[in-house]
Amino acid sequence: MKRTIKPALLATLPVMTGYLVLGFGFGIIMKANGYGILLTFAMSLLIYAGSMQYVAIGLLSGGASLLTVAVTTFMVNARHLFYGVSMVEGYRNIGKGKPYLIFGLTDETYSLVCRPEASIPPGERGHYCFWVTLFDHCYWVLGSLLGALVGSLLHFNSEGIDFALTALFLTVFLEQWLTAKKHAPAVIGVVASLVCLLLFGADSFLIPAMLVIALLLCLYKEESHG
Amino acid sequence: MGDLHTWLAVAVIALVTAALRFLPFLLFSGKKKTPKLIEKLGRVLPYAIMGMLVVYCLKGVHVADMGGFLPALIACLVVGASYVWRRNTLVSIVLGTVCYMLLVQLVF
Repeated sequence: MKRTIKPALLATLPVMTGYLVLGFGFGIIMKANGYGILLTFAMSLLIYAGSMQYVAIGLLSGGASLLTVAVTTFMVNARHLFYGVSMVEGYRNIGKGKPYLIFGLTDETYSLVCRPEASIPPGERGHYCFWVTLFDHCYWVLGSLLGALVGSLLHFNSEGIDFALTALFLTVFLEQWLTAKKHAPAVIGVVASLVCLLLFGADSFLIPAMLVIALLLCLYKEESHG
Repeated sequence: MGDLHTWLAVAVIALVTAALRFLPFLLFSGKKKTPKLIEKLGRVLPYAIMGMLVVYCLKGVHVADMGGFLPALIACLVVGASYVWRRNTLVSIVLGTVCYMLLVQLVF
């Protein structure tokens, strides 16, 4: 179990940068909106979904109805259905921590556990995924708490630091591209997302994009050549 | 403590988020074998999802707005080129992020 701590820690360093910063930002905005540290802590611990928590601040301060809150959450987080579908096999016999691994399957954690790590023996994979999930969760909670506690004291221009997460996804995408034999699924993902972005706009393209991607991948034949 | 409605709303968000994360596992993780289609999606989805996430992260960037577009483009090229060259995730992310921060803070 201990042997997988170090590789997990190293793999999650990029996420640490991104989560500490984005969590910090979340904590600051919560404080600025007059919410106490207990609520900030509870949200980061129990919701644990970065972009949704930012959206949530607007919903909470605007006094949105619970139905609106539920529907908005569904729209913003529907992409997590994809992660689940794609990890059903990978997490099938992953061990005792499975419910926690599923709870903590954020975009960033998914990007680290969706491919088997070459240096991790298959028998240790459950432990490795557990540490990755736990470390990422800790970074997020810690970042939020720090933001709520000391955010107002800090005067560091962090504009643009959230690019770290874009860069993380880009490197995972490139790694997959460089190692994959067939590039059709990657191309489908990018092109379908871009087309839907142009058609539906930045705020509502994700769900149409997911539907198109799911449909095309269902029709896609892995054996086919060309 | 904040009022009751706020805490209820937080509970709703947490429950819906968890439901979305657990649903595929509840549907397909039984003792039965995973359907072939889901197995296939499990294999090909990661490639498509990472492409989708990259687009999702850059969704706010408009080609017409050079001050937003050029830093993102340059930083992505830095990440891409350094990654293809060294295949080191951390190095590429640090280079790309520092480059992006300098560009948006000092240049554009």
